[in-house]
Amino acid sequence: MSEASRKIRVRCVINGQAVTLETYPLARLLDVLREQAGLTGTKEGCGEGECGACSIEMDGVLVNSCLVPALQADGTTIRTIEGVADRGHLDAVQQAFLTHGGAQCGICTPGMILAALNLLGRTPQPTTAEIREGLAGNLCRCTGYTKIFESVVEACRFARPSS
Amino acid sequence: MRSYIPGYEMEVPRNLAETLERMAREPGTWKPFAGGTDLMVLLEAGKLPQRKYLSIWKLPELGGVSVTHTHVTLGSLTTYSEIRQHEVLASEFPLLCRAAAETGSVATQNRGTLGGNIANASPAADSPPALLVYDAELELVSSRGTRWTPYHGFWKGYKQIGLREDELIRAIRLPREKSAWTHFYRKVGTRRAQAISKVCFAGAARMESGQIADVRIALGSVAPTVLRAIDTENVLRGEKPASAIVHAARETLAREIAPIDDIRSTARYRLRVAQNLVAEFCEQLTA
Repeated sequence: MSEASRKIRVRCVINGQAVTLETYPLARLLDVLREQAGLTGTKEGCGEGECGACSIEMDGVLVNSCLVPALQADGTTIRTIEGVADRGHLDAVQQAFLTHGGAQCGICTPGMILAALNLLGRTPQPTTAEIREGLAGNLCRCTGYTKIFESVVEACRFARPSS
Repeated sequence: MRSYIPGYEMEVPRNLAETLERMAREPGTWKPFAGGTDLMVLLEAGKLPQRKYLSIWKLPELGGVSVTHTHVTLGSLTTYSEIRQHEVLASEFPLLCRAAAETGSVATQNRGTLGGNIANASPAADSPPALLVYDAELELVSSRGTRWTPYHGFWKGYKQIGLREDELIRAIRLPREKSAWTHFYRKVGTRRAQAISKVCFAGAARMESGQIADVRIALGSVAPTVLRAIDTENVLRGEKPASAIVHAARETLAREIAPIDDIRSTARYRLRVAQNLVAEFCEQLTA
């Protein structure tokens, strides 16, 4: 197949840094983050918006980066797992995942933590049902979810959504 | 196999007028691209034949929810998350809010749009049954002008709708006349979150002294299109939802739908569940 499109420039702010990325308009944001921005913390699971492993925040909104075309990231502010810890200090959600065994193989963990942070940003003191719903789009094949759930409950006790 | 990404083009029109003008100039060449929750899945699967897109995601003319005395009008880019957070929709159109809440996950709901759900025309989509129950109308715009059409009758066949090549869905309008009705919504899938429906049932009825004065029933995933069960409605209208009538409604519904065996379920299961849901709906009307 011939190349119909030329590369475009996507200007955005990723984890506080202004960047310009050159890519094709329908390239998946997931691939652009991993392969061009070098941010391999964001994982690919299913590639069809079912598993949440590639969850990131775009303009404060939780999205599956495998379903976002790069062109639509132009002008946005993005947060990935690499932007969660503050100068080496883990966020309360990250610390809670460590303390409570919320991570095993680790593939779902970046997306799970972004989903949890986004939930706490919107709802600082979520109910049990709200936590379950907030994480329902993130699949884990190791933990059985209980430890993840407990990690988020623990993180809520600090009641400090990071920005 | 994955699609060859450099083979796809996408551009960003400055406004709605420019979008419509480009769609009119080369009909079928450029298609609108909103939140991408359906199209990106097809792209990844190598099943996206359309090559050229106009990104409409940020067009303000297609967003927002407005409320008048008689109607609620949702811009076609209204996301499921916005639907869930809207107070008037929550209080008067609970079936639509339930459908939004049961579509995908938070991340999908943040990007998936009501207009996209209609235009994608999947018979398993979750919001169309609710829209049919609420007698939704669509505002279709092109460079030639604007036309309104009832959503009922908009489906032409499997994945086919009455949208012309140069047209966009601008808005979805819901009359504010069923808030006092009894509403019933059930999506049956493999898992509570993320699953695509095996059967989706939306119903609403206006009760008067124990009788069903008026009723709407619509289902997804049981026919080539999402459908309104008009014959079943006619069986119920004017009747008390007693066991003989419920039985008749079950029998009529069985003739009205055409479920199939596919990756998600079987025709037999879908038929049985659809019949059980119409009975459950009637049961709720007597409660």
